[in-house]
Amino acid sequence: MGRALLVFRLATRDLRRRPVEAALLLVVILAATATLTIGLVLRQAAADPYQSTREAIAGPDVVASISPPLSGGQPADRGELLDMADATGVVAHSGPYPIIDAKLAANGRTVDVEAEGRDTGTVRVDQPKVVEGSWVRDGGVVIEAALADALGVGPGDQVSLDGHSFRVAGVAVTAASVPYPEATVYTPPDIPTGTAQLPPPPEDLGLVWLTEPDVSSLAGRADSLSYVMNLKLADPAAASKFVANYAPADTPAGAGGSGPAMGTIATWQEIRDNASLLVRNEQRALVTGGWLLGLLAVASIAVLVGGRMADQTRRVGLLKAVGGTPGLVAAVLLAEYVVVAIVAAAAGLALGWRLSPLLTDPSAGLIGGAGTPSLSLATIGIVTAVAVGVAVLATFVPAVRAARTSTVLALADAARLPRRTAWLIAISARLPAPLLLALRVAGRRPRRMVLSIVSVAVAVSGIVTALAANAELNASRFASSSGLNDVRTERLGHVLLVICTMLIVLAAVNAIVSTWASVLDARYASALARALGLTPQQVSSGLAAAQVLPALVGAILGIPGGLALISAVDPDSTTYPPLWQLLAVVPGTVLVVAALTTIPARIGARRSVAGILQAEHA
Amino acid sequence: MSDIADASVLRASGLRKEYGKGAGMVRAVDGVDLDVAGGETVAVMGPSGCGKSTLLHLLGGLDRPSDGEVWLAGRRIDRIGEKALARMRRTAVGFVFQAFHLMDELTAVENVELSALLAGRSPRTARRRAVDLLERVGLADRAGFLPSALSGGQRQRVAIARALSNEPTVVLADEPTGNLDSAATLEVLRLFESLHEAGQTLLIVTHDSRIAATADRLISMRDGAFVDETRLTGGTSGQLGALAGLEG
Repeated sequence: MGRALLVFRLATRDLRRRPVEAALLLVVILAATATLTIGLVLRQAAADPYQSTREAIAGPDVVASISPPLSGGQPADRGELLDMADATGVVAHSGPYPIIDAKLAANGRTVDVEAEGRDTGTVRVDQPKVVEGSWVRDGGVVIEAALADALGVGPGDQVSLDGHSFRVAGVAVTAASVPYPEATVYTPPDIPTGTAQLPPPPEDLGLVWLTEPDVSSLAGRADSLSYVMNLKLADPAAASKFVANYAPADTPAGAGGSGPAMGTIATWQEIRDNASLLVRNEQRALVTGGWLLGLLAVASIAVLVGGRMADQTRRVGLLKAVGGTPGLVAAVLLAEYVVVAIVAAAAGLALGWRLSPLLTDPSAGLIGGAGTPSLSLATIGIVTAVAVGVAVLATFVPAVRAARTSTVLALADAARLPRRTAWLIAISARLPAPLLLALRVAGRRPRRMVLSIVSVAVAVSGIVTALAANAELNASRFASSSGLNDVRTERLGHVLLVICTMLIVLAAVNAIVSTWASVLDARYASALARALGLTPQQVSSGLAAAQVLPALVGAILGIPGGLALISAVDPDSTTYPPLWQLLAVVPGTVLVVAALTTIPARIGARRSVAGILQAEHA
Repeated sequence: MSDIADASVLRASGLRKEYGKGAGMVRAVDGVDLDVAGGETVAVMGPSGCGKSTLLHLLGGLDRPSDGEVWLAGRRIDRIGEKALARMRRTAVGFVFQAFHLMDELTAVENVELSALLAGRSPRTARRRAVDLLERVGLADRAGFLPSALSGGQRQRVAIARALSNEPTVVLADEPTGNLDSAATLEVLRLFESLHEAGQTLLIVTHDSRIAATADRLISMRDGAFVDETRLTGGTSGQLGALAGLEG
C-alpha cells in the first residue's frame, strides 16, 4: 500500500511539474478515445432506438403487402393478406391498409413517398407514435419524422400530394418501415409504356399517413391501390420462420401481359437491420477513424514520453540514489501515463457518448435516439483498454530504459547516445549545410523518425480515405433524384469532416511535439553547429527540414496506405479520390509540416549558444 | 620566445557583460581591455566563476557584450548581425571546449571535417583536410574511431583538429585540459606548442598554471576584470613538459 501510494504521489507530482505536456497527452488520448467511443456507440445507435420505437407503437413482427397485377385492370388481392392474418402463430393484426405512391411537394422540394391510408382511431398493431401534432384526419397528413425533418415541415404547414393540397396534421415515427430516405417500397413502380423492365426504386423514399378516403381519392381508381398489413406473432423471434412460408411474388413476369400480383413480406428484424444501415457508413468511418487516431496517439505519446525522458534522466538518477529500485522507477513512469490515459479515457467516453446523438439524430425517424444511445460495458472496456494500452505501449520502452540506466550516469544527466547511421552521414556530407544538419539530426533518433513517418502516413491514409468517401458522397449527391439533402449524406459528410479535422489536429500536434523533442535533443548539436559558423536561419531550416523529410516519406507512403484502407474498409468500393487530389496531398502535407515546425525550430535555433555549451559541461 | 606579429588580430576595449537587473545584477565581465597580436599565445587565468569563459564567448562572437567593443581580424564584431557573426566564426575563429563537444555519432575524421562541410567546402576537400589535421595531431590511426572509443586526450586533440579545420585567424580554447589527466594534458600542451610555433594565434582560458606557463603572455582575471598581466619571456620551446611540471 505504502509503495503504491509512493508511486502514485511521485507520478502525480511529476505531472503537475509539467502541466502543458500532461495536457497535451490528455488531449491526444482524449481525441482518440472520443472518436472510438462514438464509433462503438453507433454500432447500437440504430438498434436501440428501433427497439424503443417498436415497443412504443406495438410494432409489427411481420409486415406484408400486396399490389395489383402489373398488367393492370385488376385490384390487388387483399384476400391473400387476410389469409395470412388467419395463419397459425398470428395473434393480432392491423390492416390491410390501402397504400399508393405519390409525389410530396413542400417548401419548393419534391420527394417520392408511400401514402398509407389509416383509420382515424388507434389500432392494436403498428399505431405510429405521433411526436408532434395529431393523428390523421380528412385533409390532414401525418409525415414520418425523418422526412418531416428533411423537408423542414411540421404541424400546420401546407404540403401537396400529387398536386392535392393537404395540411400537416402531425409528425410520427414507426417501426413498421425504415425511416426516410429508405422507406419500404410497397407500391409497384410505374413502368413506362413499351418497356419490359422495372425501373429502379427511387433513391429517396418517404412515408406519410392519410385517412383511407384521402388515399382512395388520391388513387382515383381502386385497381391502382396496393395494401399493407401488420401482423403480430405469438413468437416474434420466429418471424423469419413464419415469413419463409410466404415466398413473395415480387418479380413480375412481364410488364405487358397478365402477370402475377406483386407483394412484399418483411420481418421486424429485417426492418431493424435496414434501419441500422442508415448509420452503417458513419459507424464504419468512425471506428476506422478511431483506430487511426489511436495509432496517431501511440506515435504522439511515444514522442512525448521520449522527449520527457530526455529531461527526466537526472530525476531517475535521484530516485535510484535515494534507494528507488529499477522496478519503482519503471512503475512511477508507467503510472504517470496510465493515470493520464485513464482520465483521458473517462473524458473521451463521456465526450463520445454526448456527441454520438449528433450523428444518430432522431431525424432517423426512431424514438429514443435523441441523446440516449447506450454506453455498454463492452464499449467502456474497449475504450479504456485502448487508452491504457496506448499509454503502456508508448511508455514501456522508455520506462524500462530508465530503470536500467546507471545511477551515476543518470545523476550526471548524460544524454542518451545518438544512433550512428553511417550511410546517412556519408550522404549528408554532400548536401548544403541546413540539409546536412537535417539529415544528421533526423538520423540521430531513428525511432523518432519512424514515428514521424508513421504519424504522417496514418494521417495521410485517413485523409485519402476521407477524400475517397467524399468522392463517393459527391457521386451519390449527383445521382439523388429528389434534390433533397440526403440525411445520410449530410451526416456522413459531417463525420468525415470531424475525423479529418481530428486526424489533422492530432498529426499537427505530433509534428510540433516531435519538432520540439528534436529541438531539445539536438540543442547541443545545434549550438555546436552555430559555434562552427552556421547562422540561426540555417540551423532553424535544418531543424525544420529534419521534420519535413520524414513527413515527405510519410505522405508518399500514406497514399497507397489510404487506398489499401479503402479496400479493407469497403471491399466493394470502386470510388477513389481524383488524381489531382492524391497528387496535391504530398506537397500539401509537406507545406503544412514545414509551417508547423518553423516556429519551434526558430525558437530552438535562437537559444544562447554559449549557454547551451556551458550547460553541457556544467 | 616565439615571433609575434605586430598586427593585432583580436582586440577588446571596455568589454562588459552583465546578467540580471537591479540588486540581482551580476557583472561577469567588467571593463576588459585586450589586444592579441597575430601569432601570440595569451593565457587568461583565474578562479572558477571569474568570467573567463564568458570573456571567451564574447571574443568569439558566441555571446553579445552589454557594452564595449570587440574587433576580430580588423572587423568590429559586437554590432554585426547574426549572419555576419556566423560567417566570422566560420572563417576566423576556432573553438576548443573543455567538454570537447564532439558529436558522439561521428567518427574522429567526420568530427574534424564537420566545420569544413558546414563552411561549404566540398566533401573531398573537407575529408583531405581532416585527414591531414588528424595526422598533425597524431591521430591518423584513430580517424575511424568514435569519440567513445578515444581517450580524453585523444578527444581533445580531435577537437583541436576540428578547430583548425577552416584555418582560423585565432583559436579560442576554454579550459582545454580541464577534463584531462596529466598524461593527456601533456599531449594537449605539446599540440598547443606546435601550433604556437607554426604561428597560430591562441587565446587560452584556464585555471591551470601549467598551461598558463606555456603562453607568451599571462593575464590574471578576478571578478570579471583583468587584475594582472605578465609577459612570459624565455619561451617554452623544448622545456614544455618540465616547465609545466609534468615531466621529471
